[in-house]
Amino acid sequence: MLIKKHQYLAFVLPAVFFILLIIVVPFLIGIYYSFTDSNGLRSSFIGWKNFEVLFQDSTFLQSFWLTVKFSFVSVILINLVGLAFALIVTSHNNRLTKSLRTIFFMPNLIGGILLGFIWQFIFTSAFQAIAAAFHLDFFKGWLSNPSTGFWGIVILFVWQMSGYIMLIYVSFLNAIPKNTIQAAVLDGAKATQIFFFIKLPQLAPAFTISLFLTLANSFKLYEQNLALTNGGPYRSTEMISMYIYNTAFVNFQQGYAQAAGIILFLCVTIVSFIQLALSRKQEG
Amino acid sequence: MKKSTKILLGFLFGIIALFWFYPFIIVIINALKGKRGIFQNPLWFTRDFTFANFKTAYQALDFTNSFFNSLIITVASVIVITLVSAAAAYALSRVKGPFSSILYYLCAGTMLIPFQSIMIPLLSLFGKVNFLNRTSLVIMNTGLSVSLSIILFYGAFQGVSKTLDEAAALDGAYPFKTFVYIIFPAVSPMTGTVVILNAMKIWNDYLLPSLVVNKDGMYTIPLKMYAFFGETNSQWQLALAGLVLSMVPIIILFLLLQKQVMTSVTEGAIK
Repeated sequence: MLIKKHQYLAFVLPAVFFILLIIVVPFLIGIYYSFTDSNGLRSSFIGWKNFEVLFQDSTFLQSFWLTVKFSFVSVILINLVGLAFALIVTSHNNRLTKSLRTIFFMPNLIGGILLGFIWQFIFTSAFQAIAAAFHLDFFKGWLSNPSTGFWGIVILFVWQMSGYIMLIYVSFLNAIPKNTIQAAVLDGAKATQIFFFIKLPQLAPAFTISLFLTLANSFKLYEQNLALTNGGPYRSTEMISMYIYNTAFVNFQQGYAQAAGIILFLCVTIVSFIQLALSRKQEG
Repeated sequence: MKKSTKILLGFLFGIIALFWFYPFIIVIINALKGKRGIFQNPLWFTRDFTFANFKTAYQALDFTNSFFNSLIITVASVIVITLVSAAAAYALSRVKGPFSSILYYLCAGTMLIPFQSIMIPLLSLFGKVNFLNRTSLVIMNTGLSVSLSIILFYGAFQGVSKTLDEAAALDGAYPFKTFVYIIFPAVSPMTGTVVILNAMKIWNDYLLPSLVVNKDGMYTIPLKMYAFFGETNSQWQLALAGLVLSMVPIIILFLLLQKQVMTSVTEGAIK
């Protein structure tokens, strides 16, 4: 053995320290918190009560279903747009497709708060101007209505994430051997046939990765939600992360909010295990 | 493909790209107007043209200060994350044993935990000992990022042949020296990936800093932008000028390092 025991410890202990202090210890305390009525100052143990109340709390249930609905819609749209972009930027190898790649990816660089404000301007001022110019009521008051407010967050998120997911599809598309496609072309295959019979099957692992990346990210969405609608009107667009934040730091029901945090953790974990099982199956 | 279809496709792609880019354009256009110009037509330029908003926004955002706060926090966090996770990953890749496997699974497991599920106890833990400042923010950023970084580095170190370590040991180098001078430099592409991924995440982060350093003088760019937005009272020309200023640093950096950024982001997702 080249590395002795005390040397090994010197290499790994700093990392162990950070992971324990910042994640493991708070996580364990958090499990305890979820069984208390903590308000940040004092707390006492109340058993499963937080969870019982949560499942009857209409605000929580609404934000939970909103998050599920949001995740479902965004996952589909982001992957469709991301795949379409990937096909566009890999269709030729020239300066146009290179700059397209840059443009499609660019929204992903911007933080959630800035994105939220950018789209707030578009949905209020720009949409209002379009509504007035073309007499289209469709473009009126997007953020003051629960259902268009929901679609507003979806549009923002699709704009942010599609370029990211595009990169994943691009890397898998580039991994398809060129001569496979050339052979198909020589045999007289059409572009649509090449897509459905050659490219699509090779993209299966990319689908799993992208689906679950989008899913995990949409479950944790907070900043975009805050800056675009701040949960309004009347908490109707408040997703689960914002619900946890507001319950903990605005209403100071920290034990109760932590119970919702544990539910969020369980959801993300279940989703991740499904992904793991699926990708194992693909490899095997 | 015929030449005419090729041109048509290029044209179509161009329109899609323009449409995708338009939100950036609309923000810039309206940052260059007065309040009246935005009211008249927010979709394109009007005769109302001014650079004055940028000056006002720059001062209101305390931009020099916010920029350096963001920079210091990002640079300090990224340095600590990179060193700590590279060292741990190196040991994991060289010494196989129960402790190494436990640590590897600990990293994979903690990656599952969403920040929102630990933020309340984390904050009360640090709040109780009155340790909420830039140093503790760096510590928290590190704790939240080492797991993924270790897993990324681990993959890279696995690809570096152990004969290198053995040769160095024969020459009398201690493991620490071997790591610093031979093995760590050998994975510099992965170091680039880890640096870029964490820098982007920390630079753009709002939620954690808002809980830890939400005080005057310590504001990072996203924090200050959020506060400033509340103060503008729907004076969009100022808010938009502030948004443009806030986006400029990361966009410039991206345009300089485009290729590396896109490879890093892909690698971070796929590994």
